[in-house]
Amino acid sequence: MPRNQIAAAILAAAVIAPLASAETLRWARSGDSLTLDPHAQNEGTTHTVAHQIYEPLLHRDMAGQIVPALATSWATVPGNPNVWRFTLREGVTFHGGEAFTADDVVFSIKRAKMESSDMKGLLTSVKDVRAVDDLTVDIETNGANPLLINNLTNLFIMDRGWSEANDSATPQDFAAGETSFAAANTNGTGAFQLVSRTPDERTVFKANPNYWGKGQFPLEVTEIIFTPIQSAATRVAALLSGEVDFVQDVPVQDLGRVDSADGLKVVKAAQNRVIFFGMNQGKADLETDSVEGANPFADRRVREAMNIAINREAIQKVVMRGQSDPTGVIMPPFVNGWTAELGAIPANDLNKAKSLMADAGYGDGFSVTLNCPNDRYINDEAICQAFVGMMGQIGITVNLDSKPKAQHFPTIQNQTTEFYMLGWGVPTFDSHYIFNFLVHSREGDRGPWNNTGYSNADVDSMIVSLESETDLAVRDATIGKIWNQVQQDIVYLPVHNQVLNWSMANNVAFDVQPEDQPHFKYLSFQ
Amino acid sequence: MLSIILSRLGQATFVLLLVALVSFSMFRFVGDPASNMLGQEASQAEREALKDRIGLNDPLPVQYARFVGNALQGDFGLSYRTREPVADMIASRLPATLELALVSALMALTMGVLLGVYTAINRNGWLAQMIMSTSLVGVSLPTFLIGVLLIWVFAVELSWLPSFGRSGTVDIGGWTTGLLTLDGWKSLVLPAVTLGLYQMTLIMRLVRAEMMEVLRQDFIKFARARGLSERRVQFGHALKNTLVPVITVAGLQLGSIVAFAIITESVFQWPGVGLMFINAVYYVDIPVMSAYLLLVGLVFVVINLIVDLLYLAIDPRIKSKQVGAGS
Repeated sequence: MPRNQIAAAILAAAVIAPLASAETLRWARSGDSLTLDPHAQNEGTTHTVAHQIYEPLLHRDMAGQIVPALATSWATVPGNPNVWRFTLREGVTFHGGEAFTADDVVFSIKRAKMESSDMKGLLTSVKDVRAVDDLTVDIETNGANPLLINNLTNLFIMDRGWSEANDSATPQDFAAGETSFAAANTNGTGAFQLVSRTPDERTVFKANPNYWGKGQFPLEVTEIIFTPIQSAATRVAALLSGEVDFVQDVPVQDLGRVDSADGLKVVKAAQNRVIFFGMNQGKADLETDSVEGANPFADRRVREAMNIAINREAIQKVVMRGQSDPTGVIMPPFVNGWTAELGAIPANDLNKAKSLMADAGYGDGFSVTLNCPNDRYINDEAICQAFVGMMGQIGITVNLDSKPKAQHFPTIQNQTTEFYMLGWGVPTFDSHYIFNFLVHSREGDRGPWNNTGYSNADVDSMIVSLESETDLAVRDATIGKIWNQVQQDIVYLPVHNQVLNWSMANNVAFDVQPEDQPHFKYLSFQ
Repeated sequence: MLSIILSRLGQATFVLLLVALVSFSMFRFVGDPASNMLGQEASQAEREALKDRIGLNDPLPVQYARFVGNALQGDFGLSYRTREPVADMIASRLPATLELALVSALMALTMGVLLGVYTAINRNGWLAQMIMSTSLVGVSLPTFLIGVLLIWVFAVELSWLPSFGRSGTVDIGGWTTGLLTLDGWKSLVLPAVTLGLYQMTLIMRLVRAEMMEVLRQDFIKFARARGLSERRVQFGHALKNTLVPVITVAGLQLGSIVAFAIITESVFQWPGVGLMFINAVYYVDIPVMSAYLLLVGLVFVVINLIVDLLYLAIDPRIKSKQVGAGS
């Protein structure tokens, strides 16, 4: 018996250890939070840890809906769409005992707008923040911004007195070599407070005894022990051996084993992340292709042929082991603007694809280089390999160039790739976010991820109009028009939406959050 | 002795400068740190501004000179990923790596020498044959696979040992040690075996081959003829004469245990400098990568120096040659 079969036999013989006590939750995922300073990094795992300790004015619950947190209500001021008024929650205290007031909100939003903050990009439309009284705050925007609250869901509120007393009134300016107290210490209003933390090793939280949400949330977890475990096999082993109760990222090939193990279950939900391919259709001539003096991607027929040559069901079944949701549009289904019609996948039709290629003058095919990440999305490189085979069927010889994300993303940002894979999450849950980054012509601060060379002046002006249109029906109609144009022009080749699989002990009752953000105050034990 | 140390120190400085230069010329191929450091909403202008502020747009020689200048003052900058001082990060993670490396090196050395002597003396015994064949596993299986197999058997199936992490640590004046508690030892066993297995089999095979060579030589026959006990012949005479090559190899292997604990540390989520380095590579954390590579260079230089000094202690002929050459 070959060695790997012996190994497989030993691996298959796994058994399960008993579960944890009912109050402590031992939680693992591949990465650790980068810093405890809530405004220093705009990154998923960092936000997950911050969400337990700190709170925004409002946040997305486990179903992805915006719900009140430190603010109880919000609306634009009647007659002035440029000002949003927030009514704050009464009787909230920080972990250190300080009362939560409007002053803290003004301080925190101004702090998040500073040069050294990583959250400033979400607040560019904010002109001023004012305290009206102790429990009312006005945020004034440059022009009307109907979607301001979508940008506040990860904007955490710190205590002004504590931050100023500890030299943390500004986010750490690390480029200047500064270290920061707030990067390693916390004082929030959240359901959990920090007990201890060793970066990359272990972070311990305990329940906040004075939490305002008592009676409104399950709050059954009294202690959380968070351990990052990078190696996927070790993460699965720790779950199977009962050393952890909750893992966010079990690799798709191990999900079956975890789900069939005694005492463990896998809960799934669609993730807010769509995977697709982009190709430069704007250049006059491509550098990496075999065609001289012309750009085959510039021909819509070629793009359509490629789009219908992708066998999305095969990718779902073989590469993703069923753990994906094939799509025909580069938009996850929760996003405002999504319709079943847009999401329908184009029929896989090789004959039509071949005749389109012939019509376009590429009956003999051509060759081109595809850039693909190999450590960013679920099975990213394997998807690219499958895609290469599918393109081969219509005569396009694709040379695959897979690189780590640290090298892949700069090729898109610096426009050195002509054909690439990209994944996109939509934190605002609105189509404008997709259009602004991926569809708008690349000029100024707009279209920074649009490496397709696609540029349509009508589309651009419609995208800009979305930012100040306060009539939501008109706005939604414009969104629909833009999507129709994008689909008509086949700007991108959509593949699928990722599916989240949270693995947990059987006694844990927890919904999957579409942004991969567990909020443990909602967790209960059975 | 002093002249050896002095000349070695000169060489060490040169080696370290070279390591820094080579690593600096490699960094531009590992990716763009600004792309990781700013979220997906950042514009190209913001990324350029950040690169300007942290000096990534300066010419390579300028960056290199700045790094060497700061390093000479003990300043390795702030990590791009965690934004902590790199020197503090290394100081807090080094004890984990050094303890792991020392325990696995000691295990490899004692077990390797004992098994090597045993298999050399009882060359045809069934136990020796069995040890020899199983040792093939140690040299041929890749480290991560051994680690995963051990986790599966001892953590998942038997539930004897933890599958990841370093627990039961005690802080003694800034040095965290896991050697004082049962929990600490429990979490150390699997990573130490994984890391030391290859070295153990290597040392065992080397000792065996050297012993068999030495046992054939005339002075062993004379020793036996003088009526010395077999134990004295084997350990006092034969083993001592096999030690020079064994120490060379073991010393260099200790260096690679420290340097290449990366894989073992990432399989077991062992919070040492190897895990820190692998994270730095993913994130293009240049200050951490350069400091780590310098550290590894330093470890190798120090170990080579110690090995050279050990030669003098074990084999007096080397000393007399040195004296001869110097006079």
